[in-house]
Amino acid sequence: MTSPDGVAIEVRSLWKIFGPRAERVLGGPDAELDPDELRAKTGCVAAVRDVSFTVRPGEVFVVMGLSGSGKSTLVRCLTRLVEPTAGEITISGEDVRAASPAQLRDLRRNRVSMVFQHFGLLPHRKVVDNVAYGLEVQGVPRRQRHERARAILSLVGLDGFAEARPDQLSGGMQQRVGLARALAADPEVLLFDEPFSALDPLIRRDMQAEVVRLHREVGKTMLFITHDLSEALKLGERIAIMRAGAIVQLGTPEELVGAPADDYVADFVRDVPRSEVLSLRWICRSPADDEHLDGPALPAGTIIRDAVPAVMESARPIRVVEGEELLGVVDRLDILTAMSGRAGTGS
Amino acid sequence: MTSQAPPAPPVQAIPPTAPRDAVRPPRWVVPAAGIVAVVAAYLAFRGTATLPHDDDAAPFRFVNDVRAWVDANRNQSPVFLFFVNYIRLFVGGLYDAFLLALQAPGWAGLIGIAAALGWLAGGWRIGLLSGLGFISFGVLGLWEASVATLALVLTAVLLSLVIGLPLGIWAGHSPRLRRLLAPVLDVMQIMPTFAYLAPMVLFFQIGPASGAVATLIYSVPPAIRIAALAMEQVSPTAVEASVSLGATRRQTLFKVELPMARATLGLAVNQTIMMALSMVVIAALIAAPGLGSDIIRGLTRANVGLMLPAGIAIVIMAIVLDRMTMSAAARPPYPVTGGKARIGPRLRWAVAAVLVAAGLALGRVLPAEFPEEWVLRFAAPVNEAVNWAKFSWYDVTDAIRNFITEVLLNPLQAVLTGAPWWLVTAVAVAVAWRTGGLRTAAVAAGCLLATALIGLWQHTMETLTTVLVAVVLTLLIGLLLGVAAARSPRFAAVQRPLLDAAQTMPAFVYLLPALALFGATRFTAIFASVIYAVPPVIRLVEDGIRNVSPAAVEAALSCGSTERQLLWKVRLPLARPAIRLAANQGIVMTLAMVVVGGLVGAGGLGYDVVSGFSQRTDFGMGFAAGVATVLLGILLDRITQGADRRPSPRTSDRTTTRKKRIA
Repeated sequence: MTSPDGVAIEVRSLWKIFGPRAERVLGGPDAELDPDELRAKTGCVAAVRDVSFTVRPGEVFVVMGLSGSGKSTLVRCLTRLVEPTAGEITISGEDVRAASPAQLRDLRRNRVSMVFQHFGLLPHRKVVDNVAYGLEVQGVPRRQRHERARAILSLVGLDGFAEARPDQLSGGMQQRVGLARALAADPEVLLFDEPFSALDPLIRRDMQAEVVRLHREVGKTMLFITHDLSEALKLGERIAIMRAGAIVQLGTPEELVGAPADDYVADFVRDVPRSEVLSLRWICRSPADDEHLDGPALPAGTIIRDAVPAVMESARPIRVVEGEELLGVVDRLDILTAMSGRAGTGS
Repeated sequence: MTSQAPPAPPVQAIPPTAPRDAVRPPRWVVPAAGIVAVVAAYLAFRGTATLPHDDDAAPFRFVNDVRAWVDANRNQSPVFLFFVNYIRLFVGGLYDAFLLALQAPGWAGLIGIAAALGWLAGGWRIGLLSGLGFISFGVLGLWEASVATLALVLTAVLLSLVIGLPLGIWAGHSPRLRRLLAPVLDVMQIMPTFAYLAPMVLFFQIGPASGAVATLIYSVPPAIRIAALAMEQVSPTAVEASVSLGATRRQTLFKVELPMARATLGLAVNQTIMMALSMVVIAALIAAPGLGSDIIRGLTRANVGLMLPAGIAIVIMAIVLDRMTMSAAARPPYPVTGGKARIGPRLRWAVAAVLVAAGLALGRVLPAEFPEEWVLRFAAPVNEAVNWAKFSWYDVTDAIRNFITEVLLNPLQAVLTGAPWWLVTAVAVAVAWRTGGLRTAAVAAGCLLATALIGLWQHTMETLTTVLVAVVLTLLIGLLLGVAAARSPRFAAVQRPLLDAAQTMPAFVYLLPALALFGATRFTAIFASVIYAVPPVIRLVEDGIRNVSPAAVEAALSCGSTERQLLWKVRLPLARPAIRLAANQGIVMTLAMVVVGGLVGAGGLGYDVVSGFSQRTDFGMGFAAGVATVLLGILLDRITQGADRRPSPRTSDRTTTRKKRIA
């Protein structure tokens, strides 16, 4: 899942403050208060505080946080379903905050779609009409939009359910309809707001696999909101962790697990099996004087667990290389230590 | 509301460092001292400052003068010439158009159309009900009057919906408008029906137009409220999804919100029709045509045989329209696939067309008037039966009536009218303060002073007496039956259809049995208002107790509570908000009925209103009495609403109350 260069979504210093006279909070010193004090003093709630990030085209970018951390507000600010208080948002070069109502509608119709936690399907319409809804509001003729909707339905594995009603489907299938609806207008960006939280664990796993598959097939830029760390690690190329409206750390899964920015993030990733996320880079050490440096070489990006066969076969320490450069070595003891879950000793 | 925990008891543990609290007297001391003071003041000042009634008080003369001016300037003043008169002409024209449209197909044709509409709304059952219902209007000998009533109802309902639905939908989207409308609708809903009538006469004269406008004012609040509620209930995710796909506000409204709110909007239509039906009868007091005039005549002459057919016709009309609109609203918005085969849309319309055609064809063959020999006349036997009942049950009915009158009504009325006005006001203000705080107290003081100022203190006190007695009886019966229904599912199953039927009937129908049993006395109004107000009280109490969190009940059972302990220690305390709401509803409904009871000898404000319509010289008094009933209604409503809000003075509490009130 490599990403070409460029920027799909750019967010700069985004603020969303709910409550009376939010603008006044923003300019003044109150903006620095922590949430409880702010609420007590002004009656305002700062749901998003000074958030900045960029998403590359084709990337899967995950925003993770507990409930109340502001992640759902953040994703709604992107297409102004919730009007931001301050900041800049650019989606494929277009300034979203400056968009007129008509431009905004155009953005929502053609370029950015959203999948919701509680599906938001229309119970009085057939599945095919739910999927075609986005095209319908654009004025696409009935035959054309139904044709397109059926094609999308088979893409998400719902062949034969076009004439059913949403309430006749299971939760997982309903969310597939939600997914199909978001895909129908062929947008550049898909926003997911905790799409699988309401589903059973097994179905959730299927749906996560489905998203990975769709991402491979259609290659959309995806911004995925979740409160589930394992979901974030599974899907995200990069993850932003939010707390009380602000991003506390932004990085690859490996960076979050290997080098948590603060105790909050460390607490979060404590139970993640490190050997399945971290690469050799994190545990290699400089060779001791008496060690032989003629063992097999492995790239530094190899996941620890994947290095097990090599280290089993070789009596010598493994050389960890980045290109031609030798970063260090690991032996069986290092790998076992890492896999046992104790804190790594490496760099 | 049931999930709400009872208010936390005040912290009893007194820290030793607070000696001020340690010497605080027990809680009952202040109220007890208050009661002693009131009794002492009553005994000392009884008979002074009593504000006795005067038929020729200055405020009444003022209103009479205003009316005289209006009558003289009706065709000169620009307000009337270019505004009020046009409304009257427009509404009157609408009524005429409906009447013409209903008369055009002939009686057989109209029955065919009714059956067809019933069929379309809810299949053969509703079609049959509707057809038979319309036939019965003819059989009762009331075809013309029923058609006139129907035309009046349709006029008022159409106008109510045209005004109410858009306003309600708008209010559902705009919290600001909702806050603005809420107090207005509150007052409109607690206004007893009688109070609307006098101003209508002033502006629109008597006749169908003013009847339709009065009905419209009465039936528009539920249209607005329920439409707003319908909008609020639409899944916010669905709306958000629609917006996120780039739908315009209009597209979201028509493609998402309205279809999803369809069932609740149907309920709004249904409730509007029901309200209109109960009002058109009372509108007969200002010469609105239709079934109401028979009923009013029967009521004022205490002639049960005269009003019974019209009463039956109204009830039948209410049932037909209720079932028709409810089943139309409940129809699934799409054909259900699978299951038993359904009738296709083409066949449905074909059957409807056949029914209409058959009706029209029969109309050609049959005489233009509903045949006289098919009419069932039973006024005489009914009156005989009533007389027999009155005569043979006299001992029982007389004993009940005398007991209530001698033991409750007379002493209370003597106290309320005999006490100085300032003492009564002080007590009301104290109660209001205790239940609802400073604002409620101010409202209470304002209402009572205003009634004194418009010269109706004594009659207001008389009406208040009747209301208080009726409320006590209503709450007693309602609580007993409600608790019984909540405890025994079998009892509830028997009671439920009776309650359903009772709540479909227009209000004054309850005067009929009361009149038959007790003749025209004050007690008749009490009896009627009790049977009118008891069903919703029972229902609220039952639902309140039933909806108590099962977890709390289970926890109490697992601690070894007996059934009785469960009821007294868990269910009733947790159902307190619902019971308070029941009290509020009971009081408002009782007041409305007691005022209508002025027609059958209840005296007080209701009688003033009625005589205001029958005698020109009393118009001012009738008008003022209408205002006084509104003031009394606001007073009683605020005091009980205040009690309702006491545990948590949050706005959220009020909104739940409102929703319940609509339901």
